[in-house]
Amino acid sequence: MSDRSNAPKASNETLVDIYRRMIRIERNDDATRKQIRLGRITSPYYSARGQEVIPSAISTQLNNDDKICTIYRGIHDMVAKDMPLRPLWAEITGRVDGTCKGKGGPMHLTHPETGVMVTTGIVGSSMPIANGFGWAALLDGSKQVTVAYFGDGASNIGAFHEALNLASIWKLPVIFVCQNNGYAEHTRYENCTAVDQISKRAIGYGMPGYTVDGNDPDAMYEAAHTAIERARAGEGPTLLECITFRYFGHVFGDADSYMHEGEKDEWMAKDPLPRFRARLIADGIASEEQLAKIEADAEADVADAIEFAMACEFPSVDELRRDVFAEEIAA
Amino acid sequence: MSAEMIKMTGQAAVTAALFEAMEKDPKVLCFGEDVADREGGGVMGTTRGLSAKFGDMRVRSTPISEQAIIGAAIGAAMGGYKPVAEIMLMNFTTVAMDMIFNHAAKLRFMSGGQSQVPIVIRTLTGAGFQTAGQHADHLEAWFCHSAGIKVVAPSTPADFKGLMLSCIDDPDPCLFIETGVTLFTPGEVAADQGKIPLGKASIPRPGSDVTLISYSSMVSRCHMAAAALAEAGVSAEVIDLRTVSPWDKETVLASVAKTGRAVIVHEAVRVFGVGAEIAATINEELYGQLKGPVRRLGAPYSPVPFSKPLEDAYLVSVDSIVAAAKGLMG
Repeated sequence: MSDRSNAPKASNETLVDIYRRMIRIERNDDATRKQIRLGRITSPYYSARGQEVIPSAISTQLNNDDKICTIYRGIHDMVAKDMPLRPLWAEITGRVDGTCKGKGGPMHLTHPETGVMVTTGIVGSSMPIANGFGWAALLDGSKQVTVAYFGDGASNIGAFHEALNLASIWKLPVIFVCQNNGYAEHTRYENCTAVDQISKRAIGYGMPGYTVDGNDPDAMYEAAHTAIERARAGEGPTLLECITFRYFGHVFGDADSYMHEGEKDEWMAKDPLPRFRARLIADGIASEEQLAKIEADAEADVADAIEFAMACEFPSVDELRRDVFAEEIAA
Repeated sequence: MSAEMIKMTGQAAVTAALFEAMEKDPKVLCFGEDVADREGGGVMGTTRGLSAKFGDMRVRSTPISEQAIIGAAIGAAMGGYKPVAEIMLMNFTTVAMDMIFNHAAKLRFMSGGQSQVPIVIRTLTGAGFQTAGQHADHLEAWFCHSAGIKVVAPSTPADFKGLMLSCIDDPDPCLFIETGVTLFTPGEVAADQGKIPLGKASIPRPGSDVTLISYSSMVSRCHMAAAALAEAGVSAEVIDLRTVSPWDKETVLASVAKTGRAVIVHEAVRVFGVGAEIAATINEELYGQLKGPVRRLGAPYSPVPFSKPLEDAYLVSVDSIVAAAKGLMG
């Protein structure tokens, strides 16, 4: 573990901003699950409820043109990056006004305007591609950074190891953020991972690695700050392992029989959202009215996005011939 | 006055194209295992001199990490660059198939056209050099079956140069197939050889009785077969597809409509191969005009063997092409 005691604390304003992003994620996730129950979304959904703190604390320190590459359980990462909700909802409901014209869906959203570059449905594949953005930033001479999000299961796939090695020898401005929610699909961490902390794998690739409480906004802010500053300074990549938990299983609707009894309840009892909210008020960082306004705004934005999406058209079948190549395929 | 012609190998033509493209456009990058001069300029020396001229940031040797190579190419391409990534041998693409197939080929479609991945993947293959079953496969049919990636397999030095220039400028991912045979066969290249359009076949030998359709390493055997057929009084037209996907249906169908007979020849395994797609299309489009069944010649359903007699038997022979064509003449 390298020393990160020099990292500054998040300002009060930033803490409120972290909360704003967390609430938007939570309201958006809640609404998604409601729409699934109503039968208005029929695709599989990989909820990240419980993992809100990680991308929220990171995203307050990213610029709009900083990039993220994320995974099928990644809508929280996009919402944290302030991807607008209307095209997001139009996409997850398969509409032509979706950010990918309804051709990607919830596992494959892309929104370059907010730096959401790639969302992959393949475990581990966000990392090798993030390196390419890092290389482009070095060639451009910019200070841009790229965050590669992935889960604990992805640290056992070859792409992780190839990508970390390359990023380190090329000193790429990439932050590898492992959201360790304790389960790779249905398999418990210790039954499929040979080290007790994924951050230790950073040693093998000559980069700093930190294990952080992924549900603690302050700790996440500080760890992210250290990693982002290192990348912007041209010193290379960092591996952050953020310990967290997912409340709705691997895919929404799966039976939790593979989990230890009571484990989920225990994690849900220490849900970071109400805890953080209470702390912001107790410490005088935000007022009740201020937070209520943030929550009402998030709810209104989600409701607006759903209404917008449901009124959008589905794509025409001609779309099957478009975007395969730059040039449309002849009918 | 026509431009000066220079005799060179396919390899020299690829090198010339890379120099020209990198000189013209600072966004063109070149990387892969051993590609920089410090490592010898590529396993065959094709990238020799590039790092000396364009620097270590644009021409980079990589670890033996094919997923990382293609992943970095994809990200750099989406970040505004034009990477030419080398996967040393075609069999090594198998360890990067997720990056090639699930990502490079599909990101444009799956992002609704927002992402473009203008990468070139250079790769070498081909039987005949006793490298056996993991260094010599022709896997192009896999890639042709994957929507979103173009497959280019030149046979002449001029095509190597012109098609490489086109691949680098193309907005979509291109797989560029080099072989031990085609890379080292010399030919004439115009000093000012520019881009040759993708998706367009050539007819290096016109004829009227039978169409021999091929690409890459088997084009030279089709030429030898055509010469033998001419001696027997059969006029064979040789078509070099040059781009395997998307393939030039128009040229092939026009030729077969004229000759009424078609033999498709490729080095890859015959079953479920590129020849099957072409044969089926000819049958669908020209059913009433054919003077015989469309023939397909390719490797047997076997891994590429090591032992020389087996390897010789594995490759389509000139004699078998001649026999197939004569068989159609009735």
